Amino acid sequence: MSLTLDDVKRVAMLARIEVTDSESEQILEQFDGIFKLIEQMQSVDTTGIEPMSHAQDVVARLRSDAVTATDEHELFQSVAPEVEADLYLVPKVIE
Amino acid sequence: MNWEIVIGLETHAQLSTKSKIFSGAATAFGAPPNTQASAVDVALPGVLPVLNVGAVEKAIRFGIAVDATINRRSIFARKNYFYPDLPKGYQISQFEIPVVSGGRVVFRVGDEEKTVRLTRAHLEEDAGKSLHEDFHGMSGIDLNRAGTPLLEIVSEPDMRSAEEAVAYAKTLHALVRWIEICDGNMQEGSFRCDANVSVRPEGSAQLGTRREIKNLNSFRFLQQAIEYEANWQIEQLEEGNSIEQATVLFDPDNGQTRLMRTKEEAHDYRYFPDPDLLPLAIDEAWLERTRAHMPELPAARQSRFQSELALSEQDAASLVSDRDTADYFDAVLEAVDPDDSKAAAKLIANWINGELAAALNRAELDLTDSPVQATALAGLITRIMDKTLSSKLAREVFDGLWNGEGSADEIIEKRGLKQISDSGAIEKLVDEVIAANQQQVADYRGGKQKAFNSLVGQVMKASKGKANPAQVNEILKGKLDSG
Repeated sequence: MSLTLDDVKRVAMLARIEVTDSESEQILEQFDGIFKLIEQMQSVDTTGIEPMSHAQDVVARLRSDAVTATDEHELFQSVAPEVEADLYLVPKVIE
Repeated sequence: MNWEIVIGLETHAQLSTKSKIFSGAATAFGAPPNTQASAVDVALPGVLPVLNVGAVEKAIRFGIAVDATINRRSIFARKNYFYPDLPKGYQISQFEIPVVSGGRVVFRVGDEEKTVRLTRAHLEEDAGKSLHEDFHGMSGIDLNRAGTPLLEIVSEPDMRSAEEAVAYAKTLHALVRWIEICDGNMQEGSFRCDANVSVRPEGSAQLGTRREIKNLNSFRFLQQAIEYEANWQIEQLEEGNSIEQATVLFDPDNGQTRLMRTKEEAHDYRYFPDPDLLPLAIDEAWLERTRAHMPELPAARQSRFQSELALSEQDAASLVSDRDTADYFDAVLEAVDPDDSKAAAKLIANWINGELAAALNRAELDLTDSPVQATALAGLITRIMDKTLSSKLAREVFDGLWNGEGSADEIIEKRGLKQISDSGAIEKLVDEVIAANQQQVADYRGGKQKAFNSLVGQVMKASKGKANPAQVNEILKGKLDSG
């Protein structure tokens, strides 16, 4: 699979990362390297092996359904750029 | 051309846990902004999500209730998108392997039984809330709702009309409340639907292009939105246009749907397994434990009402339409503790579905807020069954119960409503009426049936409505025919 510069720009846009044209070409090269590695891995015969979703073969430990957190909004909001009426203020976005 | 409407629903049910799905913050509705958003919910760097056992338990209960497969191992994934009320930049959801796969919901639409297959039900977290007013051009963000556990229930495109979609949604709504996994409060957004709607020529095996109507939070809006959308699509196709896959919003003010985004603008969520969360394992023992704590489900309860108590299908279905009603019915029946449980069941069903439902409706109250509690209604039913009360007097006692005048027996005593069933007393009244109405007696004996009814009326009137009507009939007839 070979990627194009447009693919790189699209991925960058989705991730909200600004890239210049020269950076894009550099990233394209790195991506191609990564994809080669993936292709190499995919050539391994994995018949009969169950796919894993996590690097370790362990399962989740769960917490009991209890309220343990306290109200710390003042602390959290002390580092927020703008706050009003206990709300975080952000540039207006309407979908 | 005749068109067929095809509908699938995605329903978000907020799971009624005390704490959030991945943090120990409270989930209570209506708290002051951001007071229930922990470091995990606001996505401070370095925090890790830890899954709430209560949310999983509720998902399992749902899976059991809809006869689905509960996956012994499921995976949490990141659904990536940017929006200010989603501070992590991704929503934790389930993608490849959800906790619940398959299942079905069975309900009635009119006289027909309908089965809707479920695709899946998966666990995910809710986002926060954006407030767009009054912040001098900025938006305010409240993250109290962020991290609230949701079960997204996805149906197959098995519905063929807005009525069917609403009946399905209502059945699902009653079910999640019945099994106590969701409070079902639609105003507070605890239960909301997205509807995928497409149309196709009748008889076609291929699905048309669908448009998704987002965030419908009432059954009425669900119905209106689907009807409008289906008609709009049919119009487009009949004019020779094609339908473009899109997401739309329903505007309750004008009853129309409007475009939100097209397929080109559709989000590319780039799902991948969340490395912060290990796979969720559910073993046989946990399943069995949960199964043992399930309440009797609506369908089972309905068939018990029909087979053991000989209630009609209609009565039984109406009693199991929600858990509160079914529990109320059982509580009344238990308190009456009748010799003839079938006769009592019919009587109780009639009162619950009739007088009580009407009174609640008039007062705009839910059954749980009814001024007439189950034991109070049981007192009334007992006095109808032992013939202390005629149905007319019973309604008067019911009014007394509703107005808080005491128990049925106290009201009967206070208002002097006891039915007269003493045959000696009734005979005396009948004799007086016969003596005072010789003309009508003669008319009756001359073959005028109407005269008899008039005489019955006079006896009832003389008793102030308290004489047992059946006995009055019998005694009067005996005296007239033998005289």
